[in-house]
Amino acid sequence: MELFDIVFFIFAFITIASAFIVVFSRNIIYSAFSLLFTFFGVAGLYVLLYADFLAVTQVLIYVGGILVLLLFGVMLTNKVVNVEIKTGTLHTIPALVLVAVVAGSLSGLFYSTWKSVATPTTSVQTTSKTIGEMLMTSYLLPFEIASVILLVALIGAAMISRKNRP
Amino acid sequence: MQAFFDEFLQWLPNVQLAHFLIVSAILFSLGIYGIVTRRNAILVLMGVELVLNAANINFIAFSRYGGVNMDGQLAAIFVIILAAAEAAVALAIVLNIYHRFQTVNVDEVSTLRE
Repeated sequence: MELFDIVFFIFAFITIASAFIVVFSRNIIYSAFSLLFTFFGVAGLYVLLYADFLAVTQVLIYVGGILVLLLFGVMLTNKVVNVEIKTGTLHTIPALVLVAVVAGSLSGLFYSTWKSVATPTTSVQTTSKTIGEMLMTSYLLPFEIASVILLVALIGAAMISRKNRP
Repeated sequence: MQAFFDEFLQWLPNVQLAHFLIVSAILFSLGIYGIVTRRNAILVLMGVELVLNAANINFIAFSRYGGVNMDGQLAAIFVIILAAAEAAVALAIVLNIYHRFQTVNVDEVSTLRE
């Protein structure tokens, strides 16, 4: 059991435990804040997989952007000061069965193949240079389309949430 | 049965591809559970984010262990971009629903117009 394995189990535990709280907590504020720890745990897993640029991007965009946006949504759609911010659930039992089947079968499948898995690629270097070059060469078209999509999402979100639409 | 447990205990401390895939499978299932059971639309969105994160872990795990190299990380970047766009638009829609119906419970909002 090396240090790598120990760190992996710590991050995996953080990720899964806080994801459990996100899904099963009655209080929507608790869910939103434990989503923070899930994102950090996933960022740690990225670091363990030698994806340093992705880990920083994860923290910047998910924690700094999406989570703040979700918290805005929570605060704006619940009357935080006076009434309950607890939320209900629907058809829990069928969902539990479905999820247990999905998780069990996927995990069993992954576990059953573990002996035939290739060893990791040995080259260890920073990824940001390679990512930048690939974005400007072989991934240029998806990159430009992504920028257009972000612009469309920006304009669309602003249009939808306006008070008085023309 | 004993042989299975011996093999499992031999597998568990040696972290490799399957460990990451199983973590992502659990995360995916939890996200699906959140999407299916929660009444609050924002919690449904949080479930979607969990599912997208699970997909990203898969992409990056295969980019390290599966010989996909950097293409997996590029795919993960585009997933993150689309997640950001999706969250912005979805939150705008949820706020609009709240203004119109005074609730964001997905089972109560069942009409397209008042």
